Amino acid sequence: MTTRSAINVRLGRAGRRVLGVALAAVCVASTTGFDANQKVLAPAGPHAGGVSRLWWIFFPVLAVVYVVTLIFCAVAVARGRARQGRDAGANSIPPPEAKPDEARERRVRSAVVVATALTTIILFVLLVSSFLTGRELTMTRSDAGALTIEVTGHQWWWEVRYDDAVSANVFTTANEIHVPVGQPVILRLSSTDVIHSFWVPNLAGKKDLIPGKSSSVWLRADREGVYRGQCAEFCGMQHAHMAFVVVADPPDKFWAWVAAQRQPAVNPQTDSQKRGQAVFLSATCVMCHAIQGTQANASVGPNLTHVASRAWIAAETIPNTRGHLSGWVANAQGVKPGVLMPPNSLSSEDLQSLLDYLQSLK
Amino acid sequence: MKRGDLKSEITNLRFCLSPSVRRPSARACVVAAWLAVVVALAACEREKRETVEAAPGARTEAISLSDLRPGGGSQPGETKNPDEGRAYDISQGKQFFSYYNCAGCHFNGGGGIGPPLMDDKWIYGSDPANIYETIVEGRPNGMPSFRGKITDAQVWQLVGYVRSMSGQLPKDVSPTRSDHMNARKSEQTTEKEQPKKTTLPETK
Repeated sequence: MTTRSAINVRLGRAGRRVLGVALAAVCVASTTGFDANQKVLAPAGPHAGGVSRLWWIFFPVLAVVYVVTLIFCAVAVARGRARQGRDAGANSIPPPEAKPDEARERRVRSAVVVATALTTIILFVLLVSSFLTGRELTMTRSDAGALTIEVTGHQWWWEVRYDDAVSANVFTTANEIHVPVGQPVILRLSSTDVIHSFWVPNLAGKKDLIPGKSSSVWLRADREGVYRGQCAEFCGMQHAHMAFVVVADPPDKFWAWVAAQRQPAVNPQTDSQKRGQAVFLSATCVMCHAIQGTQANASVGPNLTHVASRAWIAAETIPNTRGHLSGWVANAQGVKPGVLMPPNSLSSEDLQSLLDYLQSLK
Repeated sequence: MKRGDLKSEITNLRFCLSPSVRRPSARACVVAAWLAVVVALAACEREKRETVEAAPGARTEAISLSDLRPGGGSQPGETKNPDEGRAYDISQGKQFFSYYNCAGCHFNGGGGIGPPLMDDKWIYGSDPANIYETIVEGRPNGMPSFRGKITDAQVWQLVGYVRSMSGQLPKDVSPTRSDHMNARKSEQTTEKEQPKKTTLPETK
């Protein structure tokens, strides 16, 4: 028994209909994404709003065109088969040379003219709507009063630097981009190694980060929320684990966060934290990471000055809990094979002290 | 030949070409395809990437500074760099050369505070084992020891890259381009220097 007839027997007609609807729902869900925080069709700002409006023009028009075309195809096939059947029934005697049917010729000609005209009109509507959207996105872009954030792509994490005219106010964080609600933000994008692509679907379209070149993307979050973003250009082994979040907060909350991030790292208080800092500065950590206010000042890996304030580590791969952090420090290769973070064979006291220290860096 | 014979010959030939008779040759095709896959996969091993590596501090190199050893016995054989045939590892070495600020003293191979690495003069030897020793243990007059700071695998990648700077590696594994402006030719187009032993420069 074939699979299909097995389905027929077990489900029946109604069951198959339900199955069909469920499959269609899965298809729709997979195109829109299950996660409400990473969704093109749930725009939280003008840039993504324009794009999703354009989608809602294109999708119904093209869906109708597709269905109508298929219906005409099916009708043509059915009629052709019926004619073949008639010819076979007539004992395959070739039909006499028919005179061209004048009325039919006229019908066909007008159908072709109407179809061509409709196609042209539809394509023009789509072209103009696409052009207007593109124009709107560039015209509404204003640099006045915009906040500038530098985003640098690394294999496989995001460096986020908040620039300021006063050099003491400049700070660097990783994988978490905080923005104030309602204020335009310009993200200056670059890369240190290979081509990455910055994509936070709820707020803006994709933009590539190209080594040796600077590009920028403009966005504005009109609603509070945490929006997930993802590298959208294959960039090596852990491309799939190169995510980030954009946290849109009300302006007062955002500026409070900025003030906290501008502070150097807190000094270790307990003996364990002090030992942890010594471990950090003497072990391999110091080769790549920076902690503001200590000697650690490298920029190869994420800046850890306020690492405990972040919800996730390893580019949104694992939650920032003591257990995950410990596993990451001991053997990052087990979590993200290929990552540059080396394994560390610390004694258990050293490891626990280091974790105490890292978790104190709020 | 009679007409009937020819006909039966053709029938025979048809029979030979029919699917039932051709089956063994189809199997041969499958075997050949698998062989091709196996050969292709074997070739992949050349650029195999190890993601599991030892923690910093582990050593895979066993050079000793003295020929004398208790109980006699000979010097262990020359240590080979496991990475010298793999382009990926050499380009990683190039990246670490700037990440770990080797360029801070050696510049892009031309030397400055530290000795040049792209010429034929080697104070402490040009063998992979000697360069490994230089990186892990450090050398007098300024070369710091990276022992316990970087992993063994990264040291070997750096060793490979340092040797590529004076053209010691095959052309197909040496880096071809830089991420930054560079006054010198790429490592791949560098002519191979014949390493010469030299002494420390006189300090004035």
